[in-house]
This record gives sequence, C-alpha cells and structure tokens, in this order.
Amino acid sequence: MLRATLKSLLARKVRLVLSGLAVVLGVMFVSGAFVLTDTLGRSFDTVFSDAYAGTDVGVSAKPKIDVSEMEGMEVAATFPASALEKVREVPGVASATGLAMADGARVIGSNGKVLTSVGPPQLGSNWAGETGQLELREGRGPTADTEVAVNAGVAKAAKLAVGDRVGVLTLQPKRDFTVVGIFGYSGDRDSLGGAQEVAFTEPVAQELMLGQPGVFSELSVKAADGVAPAELRDDIAAALGDGYVVKTGEQLSDDAAAGLKEGLAFFNNILLGFAGVALFVGIFLILNTFSIIVAQRTRELALLRAMGAGRRQVIGSVLVEAVAIGLVASVLGLGAGIGVGALLAYVFGQTAGGLQLAGLGVPPAAVISSFAVGLIVTVIAAVLPAMRAARIPPIAAMQDVATPDRPLTKISVAGAVVTAVGGTLMALGLSGNTGDNTLLTILGGVLLSFVGVALLTPLISRPVVGLLGRLFSWSVPGKLGRLNSGRNPRRTAITAAALMVGIALVTGVTVILDSAKSSISALAEDTIQAELVISGAQTGARPPSFDPAVLDQAAELPGVAMVAGLYGDRAVVGGKQGWITATSSVPALREIYRASPTAGSIDSLGPNQLLVDSGTAKDRGLSVGDTVPVQLSRGDARTYTVTGIYAESQLFGGFVVPASAAADFAVPQPTQAYLKLAPGASVDQVMPQVETLLADSPEVSVADRADFIEQQTSQLDGLLTMIQILLALAIVIAVLGIVNTLALSVLERTRELGLLRAIGLRRGQTMRMITVEAVVISVFGALLGVAVGTGLGAAVVRALREDGITDLVVPWGQMGVFLGLAAVVGVVAAVLPAIRAARLNVLGAIAHE
Amino acid sequence: MAARANDVWKVYGSGEAQVVALRGVNAEFERARFTAIMGPSGSGKSTLMHCLAGLDSVTRGTIHIGDTAVTGLGDAGLTKLRRDKVGFIFQQFNLLPTLTALENILLPLSIAGRKPDKEWLDVVIETVGLRDRLGHRPAQLSGGQQQRVACARALASRPEVIFADEPTGNLDSRAGAEVLGFLRRSVAEYQQTIVMVTHDPVAASYAGRVIFLADGQIVSELIEPTPDTVLDTMKKLDGLTEAGL
Repeated sequence: MLRATLKSLLARKVRLVLSGLAVVLGVMFVSGAFVLTDTLGRSFDTVFSDAYAGTDVGVSAKPKIDVSEMEGMEVAATFPASALEKVREVPGVASATGLAMADGARVIGSNGKVLTSVGPPQLGSNWAGETGQLELREGRGPTADTEVAVNAGVAKAAKLAVGDRVGVLTLQPKRDFTVVGIFGYSGDRDSLGGAQEVAFTEPVAQELMLGQPGVFSELSVKAADGVAPAELRDDIAAALGDGYVVKTGEQLSDDAAAGLKEGLAFFNNILLGFAGVALFVGIFLILNTFSIIVAQRTRELALLRAMGAGRRQVIGSVLVEAVAIGLVASVLGLGAGIGVGALLAYVFGQTAGGLQLAGLGVPPAAVISSFAVGLIVTVIAAVLPAMRAARIPPIAAMQDVATPDRPLTKISVAGAVVTAVGGTLMALGLSGNTGDNTLLTILGGVLLSFVGVALLTPLISRPVVGLLGRLFSWSVPGKLGRLNSGRNPRRTAITAAALMVGIALVTGVTVILDSAKSSISALAEDTIQAELVISGAQTGARPPSFDPAVLDQAAELPGVAMVAGLYGDRAVVGGKQGWITATSSVPALREIYRASPTAGSIDSLGPNQLLVDSGTAKDRGLSVGDTVPVQLSRGDARTYTVTGIYAESQLFGGFVVPASAAADFAVPQPTQAYLKLAPGASVDQVMPQVETLLADSPEVSVADRADFIEQQTSQLDGLLTMIQILLALAIVIAVLGIVNTLALSVLERTRELGLLRAIGLRRGQTMRMITVEAVVISVFGALLGVAVGTGLGAAVVRALREDGITDLVVPWGQMGVFLGLAAVVGVVAAVLPAIRAARLNVLGAIAHE
Repeated sequence: MAARANDVWKVYGSGEAQVVALRGVNAEFERARFTAIMGPSGSGKSTLMHCLAGLDSVTRGTIHIGDTAVTGLGDAGLTKLRRDKVGFIFQQFNLLPTLTALENILLPLSIAGRKPDKEWLDVVIETVGLRDRLGHRPAQLSGGQQQRVACARALASRPEVIFADEPTGNLDSRAGAEVLGFLRRSVAEYQQTIVMVTHDPVAASYAGRVIFLADGQIVSELIEPTPDTVLDTMKKLDGLTEAGL
C-alpha cells in the first residue's frame, strides 16, 4: 500500500514540484528568519565580548528612566569621579578607568552632512588609551581640549586624515576639533560592529557627552592576577553601596548583546509574517491540487477500495503523499532559507557599517520549525481531499460513476457562518474591547473572514465568472474557455481565492494607509498655522536636533512673527512614563497648533509648571493646581504644578514644560521648530535666511508647510511599499496555483482536448481557450480581492475614526491596475498549460483514459 | 455454497423515476464452479453481480458469501469482506499504471497486510504464463497480458469468489480465449469459484453453467453450455422480450 502510494507520487513529479513550491517558500522564510537571527545574534555576541575584552568588572549607575530599544534612546546615568577613587582602593583591583561615554556624537563629513547610522551607536567618550583590543593606527590620543581621535570607520566614512578639522555634534551644538589620531581594533577591524567612535579628552567628553563636569558613566576595572571577576564584583558593589550597577565583563557583554537581540526579534517577526502569508495561501494551493488529484484518481482509488482497502487506508495513502510532498518541500525550503538568511545577514552587516559576521549558524530551531511547519501545513491542506477520497465508492472502479455536483448549500452556509464569525471577531478587535489580545483578535478575524469568503466563493463564482466570461465569448475558443472555467465552481473558487487573499491584503492595507495619509494631511493643513517648519529625517533612535540659538535668531529675522521650538523626550510623570514636550514659546505653540484652554491658562509657563492635554488629564485625574513629580532623563525628580489644561487634539498632546527643562532631556536641543510669518511676509524671502541660520545644524532643514506635511506622511509610503512587497509574494504563490490548476485540468481533459482537435480546433484556438479560462479565473480572484480588501480597509478606517482617520480613500487607480495585472497574470499562467494542450497528439489523446 | 442470493430486489430512484433492476432473484453459486450470468442490456446482470459482491446495496432480500451475510454489513464489514473473500476482474483491467506486473498482483495482499503464499504465487504466475513479464509496467504489456495480470491479482489471495465483469470485453478473440481458458483451469485445477458477467456467448460457453436474466429475473439456466446452445437461448429470450414478456 505504502509502496503503491509512493510510486504513484513519483510518477507525477511536476505536480509534486508545483504544489510543493508554496510550502518551500513558506518554509524558506521560517528557516531564513531563524538563520538570520542566529547568525546576527552570534555576531553581536562577538562584538560585545570584544568590546568588553579589557573589562573584568564594569560599574555604572541605574538609568533615571528605563526606555526600551523600540521606544527611543536610554540615557546612562552618571556618577561622581569620587567613585573611581573608591573602586581603586578595593583590594584586588589592578587598575580602574573612568569612562564618560554616551551615544550621540555625530561627526560631520567632508560633504557637510552628518554621518548617519542605521543601528550601531555613535559613541563619544574620553580617550582611555590602548585598552582592550583597541590599537592606534596613526597619530596619538587627544591631549588638548580641541583634539579628537576617531576610529578608522569614521575616518573612512567622513574622509578624515590626521591633522584635518572636523565638526562634531553632541549634547551641544557643532564644535570643531582637530583629528590627532585614528584607531582601529585588533584583527584589522575598523570598528566594533560598525559603531562610530569619537574620543575626546576627559573634561570635554564629560561636558559634551554627559552634560556635567567631573562625572563618569562607566568604570572599567581590571582585576589583579588571581582575583576572580565575580568576587571582585561583589567586593566593589559592597564598597560603592546602593545606586550602582556592578557587573562582570562577561555579564555586561551578555546584557548588551541581549538588548540588541531583542531588536532582532523585529526582523524575525517580519520574516515570519512573510512565512505566514505564504503558507496560508499555500494551503489553498495544496488543497486544490490534492482535490484535483483525488478526482483524477477516482478509478484507481475505487479499485483499491474494491480490493479491500479500508477508508482509513485510502485516507492514509493521500496523507502519505502529503507527508512526502511536505518533507521534500521542507528540505528544499530549509536549504533556500539558509541561503536567504545568509544573504540577509550579509546585507544587514553591510548596512550596519561593516558588522563582521560570526559565520553562518543553522540553529536546531530552524531545522525543527522548518519540518514542523512544512509537514503540518501540507497535511492540514490534504485532510479534506483525503476524506473526499475515502468517500469514493468501490463500484466506481467498474463504471464511470458520474460524481454528481454536490449542491453548494452546505459549503455556502458554512462560508456564511465562518465569515460572520470572522467579521464579528474583527469588529470586536477593532472596537478595542479585547484588551491585550486586540491584534490577535483582529488577525484571527481577518484570517477567518478569508476562509469564510473562500467557502462562499463557489456560490459567487457562477454568476460572476459567467459575467466575466462574456467579455471573452466573441470567439468559439473564448466561449469554450468561459464554460470550462465555470464548470467546476469549487476548483475555480479555490484557485481564485488564493489570489484573493494576496490582493485583498494589499488593497486593504492601501485603503488604510491612504486614508490615514489623507486624513493626517487634511488635519495638518487645517491645524498647523506655521508657514515654515524646521525638522529633519530620523534614521536611528536619536531624533535629529539643532542649535537652540537658531530659535532666537530666527525670531529676529524680518518677516518672522513667531517661533515655537520643540524639544521632546520620554519622562516619568506621576509614576507613569509618557511623552513630554518642552517649548521655547508657549504662546507661539498655542497659536501654531490652535490650542484652546479647557482649564487654567495656557499662555505662559514658569519654571516647574506644566500644561497637559484634556485626555491625559482625565486619564490621570489631574486638574489645575495639582502637583506631580516629574523625572526627566537626567537629574533628579522635581515637582511640577499643573497650570493649564488644553483641549486634546489629534496632532499634539502630552505634557508641556518650559524650554529650561529640556536641559535634562535625552536630547537637550530642539528637534523641531514652527515659524509663523508676519502678515505680508513671503515664504520665498524668509526661507533662504533660515537656511543660512541652519548652516551649522546639518541634521535638519527648513521646509514650507506643504513640503513638511508631505515629508511626515511619506513615512507611510515607505511602510506601504514594504507591505506591498511582502504581499506580492502571496500573489506570486497564487499565480503558481493558477498554473497548477490549469495544468491539472488540461491533463484531466486530455481526451476532450483530443476530440476538439480532431474535429478541427486549431492549435492557436486551443491555446486561446486555455488562456481565456486562466484570465477569467485570475480576474475573478482579483475582483474578489479588491472587493474584500476594500471592505476590510473600510472597516478598519471606520474603527479608527475616533483616532482621527476621518477620510476614506479608495485607491481606484490601484484597483484598476490590479485587475489589469490579474489579466496579465492569467495570460502568463496559461502559457505552459496552453502549450501542453496544443501539443497533444490527437490520436493518443482520444485513446487516453 | 460460495455465494447465495435470496429473493433479492433492487430498486433505483422513487416515484415516477423508479426503476426496478432486480425483482426477487434467487440464485446459488456452488464452490469450485464457473458460472456465467448473461442477459440483454438492462436485464440487471451487472446489478446482480454488484449486489453479490457487496459493491451495491440491495433493496430487499439477502446475500451470502460463504457463511457471511453480506446484506447488513457496514462499510468496515464490507471492506473486510472484499479484502478477504472476494476478488475482482474488470473489463478495463484496472491495473495501477505505476506498479509493475508483480506489484499489481501482490497489491490486494499488501493492502490486507498479508504475506503472499510463495508456492501458490508460483503456481498462479506459472498458470497465467507471465514469469518473464513480472517486472514490466502495464503500459509495456498487451491487453491480453494485462488482463492475465488482473486474473493473477484476483487469484493470488485465493478468495471465496472471483467476480469478473466482462473480462474479455476489451480483448480480441485470441487474447480473450487465453484469459477464459485460464479462468476455466483455475476452477478445474484449483477449485476456484468464479462468477462472470458477459454478453458474449463464446465467453459464456467456457463456464460450467449459465444463468440468464431478463427484466431483473432469472429466466433460464444452462448446464455445460456450448456457444450454440447459449446463442439459441439468447435468441429465444430476445424473442420473448420482443413479444412483450
């Protein structure tokens, strides 16, 4: 029995490849995700163990605010230099070095632009000599306050040589230095993991990187010979007392790597998302393939039944086939996934400024999940066809039992029920009443809705396919093709449904993002009362910032009426973390955002006073006159008094404090400024003058209001493109499905095709017939997808109305493109099956059983 | 007794569309005999065979194969019956195209998970004369050879009864004669029971007994028939049918 199954499987290799391809792609992304994460993870491990190579024990202080990797940058706390003296006196300490180091030293390259970094930090610190694996390549360490040393990575990127002048942005605006040294790391590395490093003298590093003289952010301790780091750590912790974090070098390196690996989980999720979509669509494809195969093998399966094979044996034989396909697909997918993982790791290493990869890793999880996913998906998809196979009566071996078209009532009712359940779940999720499971509920709802619509598709397919077919019915082959596509509604439906999923997702996401974009633009146009905006594009955790002096200078420009500079950060207010804004001018801010007070006054702010929006005030139970403790990124907690509450708006919210408080922000410089012009002043006149002011602040630029809004919303375009690429994959798989269905249908109709050819259908006409069938199926799928996608999108947009997405934008143009593309896809998918049909040997085909 | 039908009725459809295929058929098939069922198209001969083999249910009456009451068995029981007690030979040969001749012959045994009886297998293969063709696939065999493989397949598990449905319908007369001769030998030499449906008088003459069906009833029977006696009976039946009986 097993042998019979496997032999029949091998005899149909093409079918195996086609139906397995979707699983291969899905498994590829699953294993690729694991390989990528593992490879990068181990690479980071190496980077950090190298970075802490010279450290047996490290000392730091607890940060004032814990900020997660995804939310922004965490500011390391500082401690006085006296701690260094204390540590040096601890027995067992061979040497201890104080470091004043922080992220945010941005070097201005020879082209006048800031060196950007996607991921790796831009470290500024004091020069501590050639410790650990650090090696001077040229020149010397900085000794004067106007000197710096940079690592070879920075020198190359900014085209710097010893003796050059270089501008560096830090907590303070641009300052110029002379490069006196260039350093690298052992093993001829230009940097550790792509980090950009600038080394100052100790007082300069303390001032520019930590914002305070005489403090350190970290101590690096070397243990005397024979002293265990763990023991030394405990001794130092005891000597320093509370408020310090003391760890061994190994712990530090592990912690640092763990933090980055959390970030990697993000990539992992994207790839797993790809995999999920591919596998979901793949299920449709496999289900269809197996259904057709079972239909074609009716006689063979009936024979087995007549010879005494039980139902279970028949189910088993179909499932064994599924397992075999799943296994082969998993192996191929795993192989392809290792390739994809390696490629992505390489690309990542390059974009992250030359991360040295620690060699390709294939973790057991990759192998296990590949096989589990590949097998489970294939077997699940084969269960229904297998059960159908078991229902074939043995008598079918003796006669052509016309399998009657079972009525579509049952399947349609099931479809309606599943769609309703899916819709309800989505509605529940979107209404936001499901707490932590919102995303899962919505996803589950979408998934169920797809399955439900797929079940309903056979019912819809009759009228719609008939209608679509009429477009092509002007010729005899066209008419035959149309009739063929309507002749097995289930098969047509599943094939079209696979295409529907991809197109519905793309359409839905486009509807949502276009609506969001349009709504935000409209709102911004309406609300923002500033003609010019200073801002920059953010690439990493740190927002671009500029010299606060620009604010005053801009305010004095002729034609400028008001300037509102904004500083932003996370802060703990009243025990809860939230967003806080500092502004240089409360009246200007009020004017520009058209804010109106709901209580108290929002015309001015004194020290230790704050404003809050009405929504947040309600949430936290704050009213005018209340006092709240506020902990900023630096310094100690202070008590603020609520002096005004402003009406909640979609564009602006949170706590507002005076600019003086921004000195304790993670980025103590303004990140945005709005300029309102005096009546009669022209944008064209003022803009160049503002540009001149920004000469030393290369991270930002000035734009008029329309351009600014466009810049802000264009971030959504990037997101949209990424999602579209992701979903294009689903569409490619669906196209494979159409090829597969057609190829199997052609095979099934060999005799019929032979007959048509025998009575005079020309080759070209045969091909046209198949092509029309394919086009009808794919356009039907696209039509469904566009309709379902618009529905999904509209539902989400409707649910987000309260959150400010008020416009519903339906991308008609794009939908037209999809339908056109679907027609092209149909033609392409038909090529191979059509050629095959046209090449049939007429005599052989007629004799074919 | 290898198989027995007691007052078997088979009715398809209901109301206006009702068709009575069998009307109270009583028939017994003795062990180690070769029986042919004949009759004009629509006489119910195929239906009778399907019912006897447990492939189709009966509306009324009972069927036994050996000691087993076929009527009343569920799917599992019927499956077991087909597996252990019944063999089939089809008009279309129905060999699995992907398996070799030998694998096809062994298929029922492997479905049942039984080991083939080596000696018996040798005998069967020798009798059908396929020793040098065992590794070939059906596509590489002639029609007669394929049908001989199908016969060997039916014999290999030594079933209680072999049902043959127009086994020579797709063969020329020489190949047909070979297959029929082989079936007759398996009855004579190895005590196999065979029930064959056919409309070919020559084929029927290989059997030891012919029963004739018309309009769902057994109307005549011949023992030790010759092609001529079969033809005569057929003509008489046609005459009766035309006369409206």
